[in-house]
Amino acid sequence: MKSELVLTGIIFLLLFIKIGKGMKNESLLSLIQLLLLLNFIFSFFLNKEGNLFGDMFYTTPLIAFQKSILNLGVYLISLLCSDWLKKTQHLPEFFLLMLSALLGMFLMISSGNLLIFYLSLELATIPVAAMANFDLEKKRSSEGAMKMILSSAFSSGILLFGISLIYGSTGSISLPAISQLLNGSPLQILAFVFVFTAFAFKLSIVPFHLWTADVYEGSPIAVTSFLSVISKGAVAFIFITVLYKVFTPMLEIWYWMLVILAIATMVIGNLFALRQQNIKRFLAFSSIAQVGFILVGISNADYLGIASVVYFILIYVFSNLAAFGVAAVIAEKTGKENIDDYKGLYKTNPFLTWVMALALFSLAGIPPTAGFFGKLFLLTAGGARADYWFILVAALNMIISLYYYLRVVRAMFMDKNENPVEPVKTSPVVKMALIICGGAIVLVGLLSWIFEYIKTLQY
Amino acid sequence: MCWLYCSFIYGNRTEDKIVLMNLLLLIGAPLLTAVAVLLSRNKQQVKWISLAGSAVQLGLAFMLLFAFRQERAAGNNAQMLFEQNYKLFESLNINFHFGVDGISVAMILLTSFVVIAGVLVSWNVEKMTKEFYFLLLLLGLGAYGFFISLDLFILFFFLEISVIPKYLLIGIWGSGKKEYSANKLALMLMGGSALILVGMLGLYFTSGYSFDIMTLSKTNIPAATQNLLFPLLFIGFGVFTALFPLHTWVPDGHSSAPTAGSMFLAGISMKLGGYGCLRVATYLLPEGAKEYANIIIVLSAIAILYGAFATMMQKDLKYINAYSSVSHVGFSLLGIGMLTQTAITGALMQMVSHGVMTALFFAVIGMVYDRTHTRMVANMGGLMKVMPFIATVFFIVGLCSLGLPGFSGFVAEMTVFMGSWQNDDAFHRIATIAAAMSIVVTAVYILRATGKVMMGPIETEEHLKLGDAKWNEKLAAIILVAGIVAIGIAPGWLNDLLKPAAEEIMNRIAGK
Repeated sequence: MKSELVLTGIIFLLLFIKIGKGMKNESLLSLIQLLLLLNFIFSFFLNKEGNLFGDMFYTTPLIAFQKSILNLGVYLISLLCSDWLKKTQHLPEFFLLMLSALLGMFLMISSGNLLIFYLSLELATIPVAAMANFDLEKKRSSEGAMKMILSSAFSSGILLFGISLIYGSTGSISLPAISQLLNGSPLQILAFVFVFTAFAFKLSIVPFHLWTADVYEGSPIAVTSFLSVISKGAVAFIFITVLYKVFTPMLEIWYWMLVILAIATMVIGNLFALRQQNIKRFLAFSSIAQVGFILVGISNADYLGIASVVYFILIYVFSNLAAFGVAAVIAEKTGKENIDDYKGLYKTNPFLTWVMALALFSLAGIPPTAGFFGKLFLLTAGGARADYWFILVAALNMIISLYYYLRVVRAMFMDKNENPVEPVKTSPVVKMALIICGGAIVLVGLLSWIFEYIKTLQY
Repeated sequence: MCWLYCSFIYGNRTEDKIVLMNLLLLIGAPLLTAVAVLLSRNKQQVKWISLAGSAVQLGLAFMLLFAFRQERAAGNNAQMLFEQNYKLFESLNINFHFGVDGISVAMILLTSFVVIAGVLVSWNVEKMTKEFYFLLLLLGLGAYGFFISLDLFILFFFLEISVIPKYLLIGIWGSGKKEYSANKLALMLMGGSALILVGMLGLYFTSGYSFDIMTLSKTNIPAATQNLLFPLLFIGFGVFTALFPLHTWVPDGHSSAPTAGSMFLAGISMKLGGYGCLRVATYLLPEGAKEYANIIIVLSAIAILYGAFATMMQKDLKYINAYSSVSHVGFSLLGIGMLTQTAITGALMQMVSHGVMTALFFAVIGMVYDRTHTRMVANMGGLMKVMPFIATVFFIVGLCSLGLPGFSGFVAEMTVFMGSWQNDDAFHRIATIAAAMSIVVTAVYILRATGKVMMGPIETEEHLKLGDAKWNEKLAAIILVAGIVAIGIAPGWLNDLLKPAAEEIMNRIAGK
């Protein structure tokens, strides 16, 4: 419970600062960054095992590690988007909302009870919808937030219906107990489909992905990074736990659901990403395709599945945040969000170009970046059931994704531009964060002990 | 880095005797050179560091050759020498398992020759010199790592490392329709890699979770699985080797690339595929190889003939060499498909010989293009009068390409034909004859192109003012010509390297 308490402490501190005499944005931002760093470091030393509230809340070493990954992501976001954050008018509120959402995600990952799970899922969603509207003067932002809150509300309704059906047919809302009580009756399968749908919505699995592109495009980049990395990561973690530990008797059913949805997600995500011009929409569809890959890893119903997904999300945090970070710097300093504006970027901003290129190579899965190892382990996990045609489709999708990632690389390195982005001065904090992400992309794959460590964590 | 250093000192070797050669040097040297290039401050430093680094790699390759021969002469008949095994991902059974046999040694020697020649030929690259040399050295690193890997995962890792450097080299420093060619190359090679990946995972799961080539070669894989996995692996590697009909990336890719890029692509990259076809697909899945051998023979024979005839139609020197590469590499695949020891030895010889030869051909075409700024045969003539050194090298490489005795092409192609003829049924013999007929076609296009460009009247006034080769180009050409002649006049040393390795592979194929 300690990580949640630390977060709550930070939230209250921010509240008091806001209510009290307030601080200037720069100093407040530095304070927040320091607090988030301490939070991240602290999360490695907390209790690793335990139950509370009569099994409604529990922690295992794997869950603690997952929370550390999310903490790291939030810390990097606060570093990378400092330019935009310094200029925004409601800085304490932004972090209040973000940390509340993070708190909701922590509770969601640690939930042992369907009602706590639902409650924390709502806590994780609603503040983000408010965050999506943070560019108050832009209509797109409001449109995105509206779409998000409406679709979230709808999917939460479906989730609640599924939960009530599970309770009705099993008589329990405690997650460990439910797996004993499932008997595969049609009512339970219906309930499972509803619960699965809610997860599919939050993870942007095709065909529940239609909210993603508009919300990502409308929100400020800090919120988009949060949504695409932290929110997806947290939901992926709880998704695996629910599938592996609660719905284990229904393995044959959800295995085939995952296979079909994974193929649909990868293919549709890739095909739509090919046509995008706006960098935020582009990265939105690319993250939909990445989720398809994560589903390939989840389809391995065994330990390798969890380890490979957690490892991949760690790497995905670094790669996606690096890409969004570069986009954030350029969008903030020059207002340009179109891929055509990135042409000729190498001549004016070589550092940003290399970081973006590394991030895109990692997302595409090219060695020696960490994304290669991540994707390969996901495919290894997915192949464990010997459905080789499935792995073949996934591997062929890597080709399509390479094509659109290379489009951006080509624009930056090879194409000529009459008015390229002018040389942008990145602040030291942002530069440090980009270097951390870039370095992690290159090194995390080769440092094999990280994956080995994840594999040993008990779940 | 500390881990690498400790491995030099203490080692984690599987045998106890003194290892004369540490294979990690072959990865360390190019990596250090590449990092040093990144850190250097001006163009001169970049060039000289790259040259020093590639000279070191050449030295290491020769050291490896001599150490290998010494070990064999001392009676060490283990299949792989200088083996080293370090755990990487223990839970998935992925290890840094390195080792060489004769084939790998020959390939490493080839790589070092082509890399140093490439570095020399690119001496006058002005645009983004640092990045150019960095990417070129990365390509070399990928090739060295590939040839010494005995673990499929690490092999795949090194194979994939070179995709992005190739893409960037063609796209930024290339000529002609470079973005299109770079895209086509990257996507088709990635497609090949996707097939290899699936085949590799199939091997991993059916063999009880092992990626290790040596372990897999002793595992009994059921024939049905072999027939499923073999096409995946062979076609996957075949894309790299221009297996018909997946060769379409070759003409555009090789022609649009900068000179050193084309040298590397045609000289080494295509051999990665051939090596993979042999070591991974054929060696590990012998039943699958026997099942599909006839299809391989048909496809390679088509590649040989089609490549040759298509070359005759080309008007651009680089396209001539690119299609000619498709044709010549077909000989290697034909040799592999024939599945006799001599044919496989010939296929390997052809890989080495063609590697050096095509690198030299692209180098010399690059030299001509740098001066005349045209690659069209029709626009050039009589250049022998103004650039005698380049012309001489041009003649040498042309004659090697059409198989003149005394040069390596003859030795390799003869061995392939002799090995193929050993199969005495009609199908194999017809395929052999068809392949042999391509030599005539080769002679036509080589003599025509060489004659028009080098001899006869000079086409344009400006060509009279052109200069001959500079020191770097002369050195590169001499190194590569030495390679061709060494194989052509005294092929015994190459045969000694390749034959035992081919014998091991044949034993596996026959023994099942």
